[in-house]
Amino acid sequence: MPRYVLRRIGFLLLTLLLTSIIIFGVTQVLPGDVARVILGREAGEAALNSLREELGLNDALPVQYLRWLGNFIRGDWGESFSTRTEVRPLVLQRLGNSLMLAAVAIVIAVPTAIALGVIAGLNENKPVDSAVNVSALSVVGLPEFVTGILLIEVFAFRLGIFPANSSIRPGTSFFEALPMLILPAMTASLVLLAYISRMTRVGVIGEISKPYVRTARLKGLSRWSVTSRHVLRNALLPTITVIAISFGWLISGLIVVENVYNYPGLGRLMVFAIDRRDLPLLQALAMVAVLAFALANLAADLLSAYLNPKIRLQ
Amino acid sequence: MNPALSVKDLTVTYRIGHGPVTAIREASLEIQPGEVHGLVGESGSGKTTLVLAVMQHLPEQAEITHGSIRVDGRELLGLSPERLRSVWGSQIAMVPQDPLSALNPSLKIGTQLTEQRDDLSAAEARDKALGLLEMVQIADPARVARSYPHQISGGMQQRVMIAMALCMGPKLLILDEPTTGLDSTTEAVVLDLIRELMKARQTATLYVSHSLGVIAQFADRLTVLYASELVEQGSKMNLFESPFHPYTHGLLDSIPRLGENKREIQLRSIGGRIPSLGDLPPACVFAPRCPVAIDVCHEARPMLEDSGMARQVRCYRREEIQAGEIDPRQPPAAPPRPHSPTAETVLKVQDLEVRYDQPRSLAEWLRRSPSQSVRAVDDVRLVIGKGETFGLVGESGSGKTSLAQAVIGLVDSERGRMELLGAKLPAQIKHRDRGTLSRLQMVLQNPDEALNPYLTVGQSLSRPLALLRGADSDQEVHRLLKSVRLPPEYADRYPAQLSGGEKQRVAIARAFATIPDLVLLDEPVSSLDVSVQASILNLLNRLQTEHGTSLLFISHDIAVVGFLSDYVGVLYLGRLMEVAPSEALFHPPYHPYTEALLSAIPLLDPEASQERVRLRGEIPSPLAPPTGCPFHTRCPRFIGDICIEQTPPWQEDETGTSIFCHIPVNDLRQAQGRVFAMRKRQ
Amino acid sequence: MTTTNTKAGATPVRGWRPLTVLLGLYGRPASAAGTTIVLIFLLIALIGPVIAPYGVNEQIVSDARQAPSPDHWFGTDHLGRDVFSRILFGAQDIFLLAGLGTLVAVLAGTAIGLLSGYRGGIFDEALMRVFDSLLAIPALLLALLLLGIVGPARNAVLAVIVIIYTPIVARVARSVVQSIKVKGFVQAARIRGESQGWILFREILPSALPVLTVEGALRFSYAIFLIAALGFLGIGVQPPNPNWGLMVGEAREHVFQTPWALWAPALAISILVIGVNLMADGLRRVLRAPGV
Repeated sequence: MPRYVLRRIGFLLLTLLLTSIIIFGVTQVLPGDVARVILGREAGEAALNSLREELGLNDALPVQYLRWLGNFIRGDWGESFSTRTEVRPLVLQRLGNSLMLAAVAIVIAVPTAIALGVIAGLNENKPVDSAVNVSALSVVGLPEFVTGILLIEVFAFRLGIFPANSSIRPGTSFFEALPMLILPAMTASLVLLAYISRMTRVGVIGEISKPYVRTARLKGLSRWSVTSRHVLRNALLPTITVIAISFGWLISGLIVVENVYNYPGLGRLMVFAIDRRDLPLLQALAMVAVLAFALANLAADLLSAYLNPKIRLQ
Repeated sequence: MNPALSVKDLTVTYRIGHGPVTAIREASLEIQPGEVHGLVGESGSGKTTLVLAVMQHLPEQAEITHGSIRVDGRELLGLSPERLRSVWGSQIAMVPQDPLSALNPSLKIGTQLTEQRDDLSAAEARDKALGLLEMVQIADPARVARSYPHQISGGMQQRVMIAMALCMGPKLLILDEPTTGLDSTTEAVVLDLIRELMKARQTATLYVSHSLGVIAQFADRLTVLYASELVEQGSKMNLFESPFHPYTHGLLDSIPRLGENKREIQLRSIGGRIPSLGDLPPACVFAPRCPVAIDVCHEARPMLEDSGMARQVRCYRREEIQAGEIDPRQPPAAPPRPHSPTAETVLKVQDLEVRYDQPRSLAEWLRRSPSQSVRAVDDVRLVIGKGETFGLVGESGSGKTSLAQAVIGLVDSERGRMELLGAKLPAQIKHRDRGTLSRLQMVLQNPDEALNPYLTVGQSLSRPLALLRGADSDQEVHRLLKSVRLPPEYADRYPAQLSGGEKQRVAIARAFATIPDLVLLDEPVSSLDVSVQASILNLLNRLQTEHGTSLLFISHDIAVVGFLSDYVGVLYLGRLMEVAPSEALFHPPYHPYTEALLSAIPLLDPEASQERVRLRGEIPSPLAPPTGCPFHTRCPRFIGDICIEQTPPWQEDETGTSIFCHIPVNDLRQAQGRVFAMRKRQ
Repeated sequence: MTTTNTKAGATPVRGWRPLTVLLGLYGRPASAAGTTIVLIFLLIALIGPVIAPYGVNEQIVSDARQAPSPDHWFGTDHLGRDVFSRILFGAQDIFLLAGLGTLVAVLAGTAIGLLSGYRGGIFDEALMRVFDSLLAIPALLLALLLLGIVGPARNAVLAVIVIIYTPIVARVARSVVQSIKVKGFVQAARIRGESQGWILFREILPSALPVLTVEGALRFSYAIFLIAALGFLGIGVQPPNPNWGLMVGEAREHVFQTPWALWAPALAISILVIGVNLMADGLRRVLRAPGV
């Protein structure tokens, strides 16, 4: 197990290193002349040159990359082009909001999805199963911005239960924010719900047909023991990985959802940064999102390794 | 007293696709307390269905349309799920084929052993588990109870399954191919255990096996199933001594017995193929393959008739066979060309070594620590003469497949020299020229994967012709098909439309397409039914006689290897232990490992005698092979430190047997008796 | 119980052809519905601009904000543009971008995955690490980054889809190849000295095609999603492009006056994506080796 943990962390660092190169490449190399991006088309050659000097753009790319990475690791994320303020506090504050929303979405999605998946899997090809399948499939077909608008239409405009706009202010406490969180969280969780429940169902069906389940039945165990001790114990193990993978979807989903509900998270900030071509802000946002995704994957890997005796006892 | 199991007129049908398919027709059998009943059948015979029906655990699409199943006098059909649960475990218990998949991977052995005893406290359950593990002769029960299934060996897992089945003291025990996945030396130990337990506990047992040898050693009575029909039933002695049904004859005749060789005995294979359940012959299911079938056999289904001595046979010609008026045996194959050792050498392998490097982790790579490697083949030398068959026998992990793959060039050999017809044979395929490629061919292990599923048989066969002989035509393809006894219309079929035996025939035809000098055969018959095996072995003999081809034949089955080969090499942990002419292999002196192998084979003769030589422990990890003699950790004739410290010498005796051992050959010969003795077949 | 799928007198079957697959898809209601939906949308994409009653950006100022009627089947939007016509025009864009992008990604991913998986070794390891890193960036995030930097352009959207999906397809192709290359028939081909090209394309590729086809169909549905989401966020495409996502985004600001202008394109996306998913499920069932 310690060996496994070290290897996983090694992989994580390698992946982060490579992703940082990709992010740097996209944001720093692809746009061409960053100085011109900042100063605009009309800028004179002298002004451009002095800015290039100031930003270190005249150095070789690897040098620029290492300096950028070093600064990022040290916590110096640079200054935003558009707001002229430090990037880090801005991003971290929005990160907190996004994580809050993500947490609510996961709390809604995961238990429901697992329950639905298990019920469908245990009743393969029966009406319950078909019902779960069909609804999962239709949810998969609905983009988040459509479900979002639909939920606003029903719960905000028709029923008036939840607000249509979720633009919470900085400093709002979690419980004050909660009513505004419900709709966006539900929207983001729908896709997760469909994906996780489908994968759970597949896992349960796969385990049920394995010989050890027959062994358990033929020992004379009760139906409940067979299901809980044998089938679910093994069927739910891969679900941890599934949840981690769907965290990546959640990040994509949140970008859309936050924009539908005007929720002040990373996703909205991202669209703002793109509109302004705010490169330092974009870099920081991308790095933070990738880091969050990578850590979620690591956590899932370690947890499922710990729960799986074949890996734990290596 | 009630019979432990009484099955009457059981008929089971499956609803598949177009309509119902009958998997078992009106089968009846009875097992008395303390009796062991053997159930024999090839694939599609319905034996699995019969077992699942007795367990009342048939798949959903199966239906028992007729009959009754009583365990200890109690009818099982129609029991509610609740009632059935009280029967399972305590009345009937089953030991399945593959123990690893039959155990829950994420529960400890101890927990799984006693979980059905919810009346026990935790401490009582622990004691009970330890007691059960001791009963199945596990040396370190406390450790095993704490282990997860993947942490213990296959033989150990199967003992755990046996202990679990006996936990509640069932009235009827079903053993469904309990040793099929195990290596023969491990199998022997597990079979010993089963034998002792059955003797001590007197539990009625239904023993299902495809291996007639195991049945011959274990059963009191037996039932032979063929294509959903019960064709013969009776006491073991009667059936093995004088089978009545032509199928039973065919089955017994098609298996090479330990010690037999192709030059003395010609196998009688059953012609044709096993019918699929969806497409059964209308009257007697065996009639299309039967040598003594008459018109009525194709017209009406024969009844199961009593022939006296508690024996039943389903055959119209039973009386004539019983009276010895007709011979129900299949025609024998033509004898092979007599073996005359020639000076011409086809393949010469010297000091061959094959290693697989273990992948290194990034940290190891950075530290530049040398990669660990598994030595799959170590210091092997062998010579194959023209027209000769060299057999290689070994258990799993012995390196026999690696050896073949090194010769054919699929894996790179680390060290050593190979010569084909006197010319150096490059280690890698890409360095071999067309001529070399066409002289050296191989038939791979699994017929289901041997043919590209997207190419027709004709396309698969024409490719080597076009590539290596520059001549492909439909006629050539048809000639090839004919040479393996397949009709020309098979050229247009896809692999999915062929049976396992037919696929293997096509694979053999493909290997012989370029008329090679040497063909390597890696377990070519191990996945086939016994009746099909014999026809493939006969086919190989015939092709060899026709073309004068040399064969390197690899198998885990020492009886088959001994039958087909002129010389036999015995591999253990990548090293040859013994090389002997096949007639000398079965006589002392033996290498101690060969001795154990020969002693482990269940003999196909209920009255055979056999020494009991059993190996201790497990095969050592190839990552850390033992020093000195690789076999010393398990050798029953271990003589001391010399075995641990020094590599043994090769010793040769006057019969041409070479043995890799520290014990002088004469001492071995004196210490060893003949390991087994069985009657010659008529 | 084991049954062999063989019959003594079975008629020879030729390899799977598009027609057999299509017939197979119509064997079950769900996949039949999915296939029909996809075919109808494909037809719309092909002839939509020809049959559209109005121009894509034709503004009929007098008809602005009209509810659905025989004249304007899906009504008109706040600028007086015919929603039905715009959806017909938009179909072409979706199929062109999502379809072409997916196709290129599948071809490139298959080629890379085949070669990398078959050869193995250090090159394969390195490539997969790079791909893993690309996959560690959530798809929409990567798309936003690239488009945010390069600016809105159809080619950029196409490039983004190729860049995001090629590694995924390559990973799938690679894992299939790794399971096939150890099979007997591939070894037999190596033993008789076949070239690498023959082994990859004639021996291995046919067995990999079913999985890759299903993967391609799923990628197509995700690509539709992605393009719509980008359109909704207003990134990658600019008004007055009839991108369905962009149409939803634009109509949102007028949802109380012209709800139809929002729901029509939203429904179009959903129906198409569900159709593609149903068809992919069907393909999984239908595609298999000949003669089975």
